[in-house]
Amino acid sequence: MTMLEVMEVSGMVTFQDSGRYGFASYGVPTSGPMDWFAQRAANQLTGNPSDAAVIEIGLGEAVFRAKRNCVLAVSGAGYEVQNYIWIFPLWTSFFVRAGWHVRLKKKSGGNWAYLAAAGGFEVEPVLNSSSTYLRGGLGDSIHAGDVLQCGKPSAELMKLAARNFPVEKYMPYSQSPVIEVIAGPQKDRFTDAGWQTFLNSEYTLSKAFDRMGYRLEGNPIAHRASADLTSEGMTMGSIQVPANGQPIVMMADAPTTGGYPKIANVVKTSLPLLAQCEAGVSKIRFQEITVEEAQKKYRDINAAAQVKAP
Amino acid sequence: MFKPLSDSALLVELGDKIDPAINQRVHALNALLQAKNIAGIIETVPAYCTLLIHYNPLILTFDQVTLWARDKLTQVDDSLNRKPRQLEVPTRYGGASGPDLETVAVSKGISAADVVRIHSEREYTVYMMGFTPGFPYLGTLDERLAMPRLETPRTLVKAGSVAIAGSQTGIYPLDSPGGWHLIGWTPLNLFDPHSASPFLFAPGDVVKFNPIEDDHA
Repeated sequence: MTMLEVMEVSGMVTFQDSGRYGFASYGVPTSGPMDWFAQRAANQLTGNPSDAAVIEIGLGEAVFRAKRNCVLAVSGAGYEVQNYIWIFPLWTSFFVRAGWHVRLKKKSGGNWAYLAAAGGFEVEPVLNSSSTYLRGGLGDSIHAGDVLQCGKPSAELMKLAARNFPVEKYMPYSQSPVIEVIAGPQKDRFTDAGWQTFLNSEYTLSKAFDRMGYRLEGNPIAHRASADLTSEGMTMGSIQVPANGQPIVMMADAPTTGGYPKIANVVKTSLPLLAQCEAGVSKIRFQEITVEEAQKKYRDINAAAQVKAP
Repeated sequence: MFKPLSDSALLVELGDKIDPAINQRVHALNALLQAKNIAGIIETVPAYCTLLIHYNPLILTFDQVTLWARDKLTQVDDSLNRKPRQLEVPTRYGGASGPDLETVAVSKGISAADVVRIHSEREYTVYMMGFTPGFPYLGTLDERLAMPRLETPRTLVKAGSVAIAGSQTGIYPLDSPGGWHLIGWTPLNLFDPHSASPFLFAPGDVVKFNPIEDDHA
């Protein structure tokens, strides 16, 4: 059913479900949300399956007009939800009457917001996913004038509205985060001093960041020898270090393979923290944990982090 | 040989260089893993000398995936005789289709016709796919055609362009930037996301270029 009309849009505004799987061996990036925790929470708040498509808003703003009564939720960081004179808090679901305008306004403290609608946005899947991958021509970006369709909400609207998600208990968003990593498969391609530099320095995010990768700036990490690697598969969170010693973290739209040594990989539970770091502002530090610890944390957060009914 | 790459992927290293025999083992292992669907295994990415296995850490642990891959690796030698798929790629060489053909010929001290002959007489394997959806990394290119990448990559390379760099040749599936030398163009569509079979090539395929005349396509 017709749900929202897009009134204004700027920046990088796309549909994202939980990602496009099954085509990485053909060179198709996974895509999906930059901040999986926020995407999952927005869906939970509106009573949708956790892999339903949401709207990711980054590097700009968006205004929507409700075509009918609906329940929306916005999660993420660096945004404020305005409805005329009111401001809805993030990480809550709220009732919106037909005709109301809802503005996602950029402010400091993060990069990406997720808008979910009860019933989920109906987007024609391409290669089994509703995630937009603009560079590869998969899916469309969202334009002013678009009218967005949604499925049937999973419950009465009044039961889905005014719920909140206890984000601070599970995801410590911060502008000086400690990002946990697992040592990378090419850790031995770096000098011991280089590894120590990586773990003991503060990095900032370069202004030239996008859905593909986050270039970090800070003390250069020393390689033992050449920075060329025979290309191999990589994932979101892989930290490649080219010859200049400045790390690049692969993000949602990253290529499936890469040819620089990977010093480490950001663990799933830290990816949202990194995704929401502000260019030139955030002070980023890395800390090593084991793969077993990382997997336990991910399982725990998935089991525990749940929406609270009013 | 079995290394964690993040908390949701296992990297299996079968070597450390571009080598047809190593790559064949990668594709053999990949075929063995594909043959059996295990809950929690999401997908695999074969590359030159490694296989990356993406899995769901809510379902499988690193140790479980490693055990499983290790067991399959013991069966690789028996499955090396699998016959790969063969594909022919009609290619218009030179002119507007291959603007770098003359440059390659001059810098290698051979004729443009020699470049075409050397490039099209050999069979190549799709060692891996990557860069953009549907891009095949083909090898191994004859040493007589080995060229470094362009110093300044082009901002736009036309879809279908046949290109060479180092010991590799490839075909651009989409209009995209590119740093390889363009020697020809094929009318084949390498990537159509709306088709039932979206990709022309798959890793492990065997490919041969077939020169066609200007007015053919």
